[in-house]
This record gives sequence, C-alpha cells and structure tokens, in this order.
Amino acid sequence: MKQLLVFIRKEFYHVFRDRRTLLILFGLPTAQILLFGFALSSEVKDVNLAVVDFAKDNASQQIISRLQASTRFRLQRSLLSYSEMETAFRRNTIKAALVIPTNFNRDLLHTGRGQLQIIADASDPNAATTITNYLTAIVGDYQQELNQAAGALPYQIVPETRMLYNPDMNGSLNFIPGVLALVLMIVCTTLTSVAIVREKELGTMEILLVSPFRPLLVLIAKAVPYLVLSLLDFTLILLLSVFVLNVAIQGSVVLLYVVSTVFIISCLSLGLLISNVTASQQVAMLASMMGMMLPTLLFTGFMFPLENLPGPLRLVPNIVPSHWYYLVVKAIMLKGLGFEAVWKETLILGLMAVVLLGISLRNFKIRLT
Amino acid sequence: MRTLFFLLRKEFRQIFRDKSILAMIFIMPSIQLIIMPLAANYDVKNINLAVVDNDHSSYSRRLIAKVGSSGYFRLAAYAPSFRQGLRLVEDNKADLVLEIPNGFERNLVREGSQQLSLAVDAINGTRASLGGAYLTRIIADFNQGIRLEWQSPPSAATIDIASSNWYNPLGEYRFFMVPAILVLLLTMVGGFLTALNIVREKEIGTIEQINVSPIQKWQFILGKMIPFWILGMIVFTIGLIIARVLYGIIPVGSLPTLYLFAGVYLVALLGFGLLISTYSETQLQAMFVAFFFIMIFILMSGLFTSLDSMPPWARYIAYCSPVTHFIEVVRMIVLKGSGLADVSRQLGYEVIFAVVLNTWAILNYHKTT
Repeated sequence: MKQLLVFIRKEFYHVFRDRRTLLILFGLPTAQILLFGFALSSEVKDVNLAVVDFAKDNASQQIISRLQASTRFRLQRSLLSYSEMETAFRRNTIKAALVIPTNFNRDLLHTGRGQLQIIADASDPNAATTITNYLTAIVGDYQQELNQAAGALPYQIVPETRMLYNPDMNGSLNFIPGVLALVLMIVCTTLTSVAIVREKELGTMEILLVSPFRPLLVLIAKAVPYLVLSLLDFTLILLLSVFVLNVAIQGSVVLLYVVSTVFIISCLSLGLLISNVTASQQVAMLASMMGMMLPTLLFTGFMFPLENLPGPLRLVPNIVPSHWYYLVVKAIMLKGLGFEAVWKETLILGLMAVVLLGISLRNFKIRLT
Repeated sequence: MRTLFFLLRKEFRQIFRDKSILAMIFIMPSIQLIIMPLAANYDVKNINLAVVDNDHSSYSRRLIAKVGSSGYFRLAAYAPSFRQGLRLVEDNKADLVLEIPNGFERNLVREGSQQLSLAVDAINGTRASLGGAYLTRIIADFNQGIRLEWQSPPSAATIDIASSNWYNPLGEYRFFMVPAILVLLLTMVGGFLTALNIVREKEIGTIEQINVSPIQKWQFILGKMIPFWILGMIVFTIGLIIARVLYGIIPVGSLPTLYLFAGVYLVALLGFGLLISTYSETQLQAMFVAFFFIMIFILMSGLFTSLDSMPPWARYIAYCSPVTHFIEVVRMIVLKGSGLADVSRQLGYEVIFAVVLNTWAILNYHKTT
C-alpha cells in the first residue's frame, strides 16, 4: 500500500511538472464551453437574402419591408437580374433569393392569385429548408393580413406549444452534456494513452519491469493522477456552465460526480489499453486523438441525431462510452431525474471500465514476460 | 539544394519505415471518410411523437393519420395520459407529445375554435424547433382542409410560392458533409503529424545532430514540410476518389482550382503544425496544443453550424482560421462550380496564412537550446 502511494506520488510529479499541458487541460474545456455557449448556435439568423424585385409595386414593397423587419434576414436589394443572382450564389454572398415577378400586385388584386419564387442554396440542405420555411411564414403572414378584411377566420385550431426542460430555448443547454462527454473522453484517453508507451520509448520502462510492482499497481498508479485531473476538469466545466452560461443543475450533484467518475475510469482504461498495444507515443496519440475525435463527435448524439444512422451503424453508439455518459448527464443535469432513471447507463459504463482494464492488464502482462 | 534533397530523403525514409504511422495517414482517414458521412446526417425526420388522444373522434384520428403520413414523424406510442406521454420524453423514447383534448371535434364545430397542446423536448434545439414547426404546419394544413370542407371556397387572395433548391435539388445531406469531412480529415492528418514531428526529434534527442550540422533553418523546415505536403495531397486525392466512387460526388467546378487551393491550404496548415512543434517540449504537449486549436478551428469553421448565426466577434475569430475558408471553398467548388475568380478572396487569405505561419515557424526554430 505504501509502495503504491509512493508510486502515485511519483506519477503526480510527472504530470504536474508539465505546466503547458496542464494549462491546455483546463484551457480547452473553458474555450469550448464559451464557444458553444456564446458563439455557436444552430439557429438560422442574419441570412443573406437577395430580393429580385421585378414588380416594384405596392405589394412587393410590403413584403420587402416585412423581410427587413425580420432579424432572420439581411437583405441585399441591389440585385436586379437572374444573372446577378447566380453570380451572388456562386460567390457565396447570398444563401437564398426571393423573386417577385412583374405585375405581382395586379395579379393579386385581379385574379386573387399572386406568384412568388424562392430559390435557396441547397448545398446546405437544412439551412435551405429552414430559410424556405421562414420566408413562407412571412409571406403567409402578409397574406393573412390581406385577408383580415374578410373577418376573422372560422374553425381555428390553435396549437399551444410548451418547451419542456428549456422554456427559454437556451441553445447551450444541449451542448453542455455533449461538451462534457467529448472533452472528458478525448482528454482522458489521450492522457493515459501515452503513459506507458512513453516509458517504453524513453527507455525507463526497463526500470519499471525490474521493480517489484505488480502490473495492476503500475496501471493504477499511472491512472490515479489523471483521474484527479479529470475530476478537476469536470468541476471546472460544471462551474462554467452554472455561473457563466446560467444552466442550472436540476438533479443531484453527488450522483453526477459518481457517474462521471465511472465514465472517467472507463476512458482512462481505454487510454491504457491503447498505450499497451502501441509502439510509439506518436502512434498512441494519433490513435487516441485522430481516431477518437470524429467518432466521439458523431456517435455521442449531441451533434447529429442517432436515429438517422443507417442499419448496422446504429449499433456503434452502444460501444462508445461518451454516448452513455451523454444520456446520463442530460437526464440528471437537465431533466432532474434520479438514480432510477440512469442506473442502466451507469452499469454499462462500469462494465466497460472493468472489461477495458482487464484487457489492458492482460496485454501488459504479456509484455512483462 | 543538395542538402535539402538529402534531408528530404531522410524524412521520407523515416516516415515509410514506420508502417503504423503510414496506416494512420492513409487508412484511418479513408475509413473515416467512408463511415462518417453516414453518421453526420442532420436530416430532421423520424421525429418520435407520442400522441395523447383524449377525444377519440373521427377528426382527432384524421389529424393523427395526417401527422403520421407526413414523413417527418414516427408515432412512437399512443399514451393514455399526458403524464405517461411525458415519461416517454424522459426516457428519450419521444421528442414531442401531442395532446388532443377531450371535446376537440365538438368544440371546433360549435365554438369555431379549439386548442391543441404540444410539448417539445427542448433540450435538443434543432430537433425541437424544427419538429414543432413541422407539426404546427401540418396542423395548419389540416385546419385549412377542415375549413374548405365546411365553408364554400373562400374568395380570399392567395399567394402561391414556388420554391426551388439549387445545387442540391434533392437536399441530400451527404453532399454538404462529405467535402467538409474531407477537409477535416486532411486538417487532422496534416496538423497532428507535423505538430508532433520536430518535437519528437527534440524528445528523442536526434535534433542535436541536426543543430550541429550546417543545415540552414529554412532547409530544415522545408525538409520537414515537403514530405507531409505530398502525403497531404495524396490523402486529399484519395478522399476525392472515395467521395466520387462511394457518394457519387463529382466536383462541378474545376479540379485544378481545387488542387491549387488545397496546395496553398496545406502549406498554411503545415506551417501551423511546425509552429506548434517549435514551441513544444514534449509530444504530449504538442498534441494537446494542436488538439486545442484544431478543435476550435473545426467548431468555428462553419462545418456544423452556420457562420451567419455567430455573433460578429466569433465570426472574426472564425475568419482567422484557415480551415474556415477551405471548407467554404471546397463546398463552393465541388457543389456550385464556383471558379477561381469566385474564390480569389479566400485564396488570398490562405496565402497570407501560409506566409505568416511559416515565417513565424522558421524564426521560432532555434538551433541552440
């Protein structure tokens, strides 16, 4: 036991000597939380929109002034022709165009039907759909107002929408559990992924091998400082979310810490496993960073809906620890649910930790002989 | 020149000796490019809907059928009460609860107005707002249908809107994502590898030999850069081939323009990696610094969220990243067929990045420690 403590202390020295890495460890989540909180949103606003107004009549003016009043769009009105519009699309200076044909007002008054054309840059399909929806809604409002003269519309179904868990539609709410899962996963895995291979590369492994330490103790000693660091990182992210982004923690903080510890241990074990099977730091880090970054980003579930995954790929999130962790954090932190709602996910994370640790231990032993 | 040639030969030998690094460079990005676009799908369909029908009338059934056949929603369950519907949301089994109140049909007919309630799991912003918008639109449509049944055709004015989606008429998300993911992979391979490169020689000690040799600083940096530039171009080419063969994405614009841009971009990116390398003491440090910046570059690049929706300060930061411009340009050239003139502004930015970052790296590389 005393040996273990001494060993752990030695590892702590190693970790804390490297100030720059420590700075990054805490700078990274800070930057990410702030970016997600303040800079990134999937909302569509300030879209560059061109109005190609061939009509220049009363009705077209009305529609244009409505568009100007909307914060969703930034209007470019200098465009006069189709060819100018095409150039603007190719230069990426507009995302959509509204074409108002000649005689728009006259047609509307005389035949009761006016025609408009919306052209959207669908190289970004979601933006195109959303922009088209907004434009249609604004034109629909205008039409409704035109018809207001005929009296209120009968047989009205009024949908009343309630936003659960997030009445203010705070965009950073969804990102916080995601960032937590992503940052912890990548940081923990990468940190431990070099722990053993570094000693191999620098030659200090020999000393470890001839020492009377059992492999399990070596692995534990290597992992403990990183566990402490990761928990500090986790605390920092929580503090930032609560005090800077105003996201209140609905559920139990203790439970959150327990689950996070389990999750961190499973990530550290994964890192140790990588460290055991790779031959150089370079390979270990590339595997843990490049190999993990995109899959974690995509399969955790906070960026893209997992429901869209085709066939066998739908099984992949099940083996990605951050996916389970993301579900738990969402349930505890945002929905305020208790242990009975998250025990299954926690158990899975725990099993992953045990299995990964077991495999790395076996690999480690093999190298000893 | 001869010195540079020998340096290059040495670097190439070093790279090709390590088979696992080669695999990281070529196989990992290829696999990721094959799989990732399937996961990075933001099509908002298959929204899980729980229905609480308290009315059980023919109209409530018709409304539900209409929602079900819209293609956006999947009827997750019929819940007997709102409370039960909410439980489905808690368990992540439903995104929305639609509650049709008792007396829906009767009130609509007699009083001409009736409310419906929607409860949206608003943690996931996009899914919630798009889902809510779709459902509201379907209800409005349904409403219109009822009105037409019960009233003689209205004499009110209607504005017909024809919308067309350019550059991606079917609105397929992969056309949007594949080019961007290709940029991402190239960035990770190039950025991480070069960031690790010089610092590796520092850590292992081989840099001493170079420092005491008569090799010039610029020769050394060029010797480090050219091999990775070539590897990067090969990775880019492999990526384009995968995009073409697997996803049917054939660049609309000219290939030489695309390659010119990729070439300049790689010089900028590699300069960045080398700069990190000259500042770092250990590979772990270099990796984390690279991860820190590349993560921010990626999140702010407009890859996942639109630049338009960022506040101005964030947009300025985004413009200071070479990744942002490259992603924009690759999407422009590949999907819209934008020409060299259309992307000249972005090309100018990349040239500036390339010159500044590389000069900085050369100046910061000290031959004495």
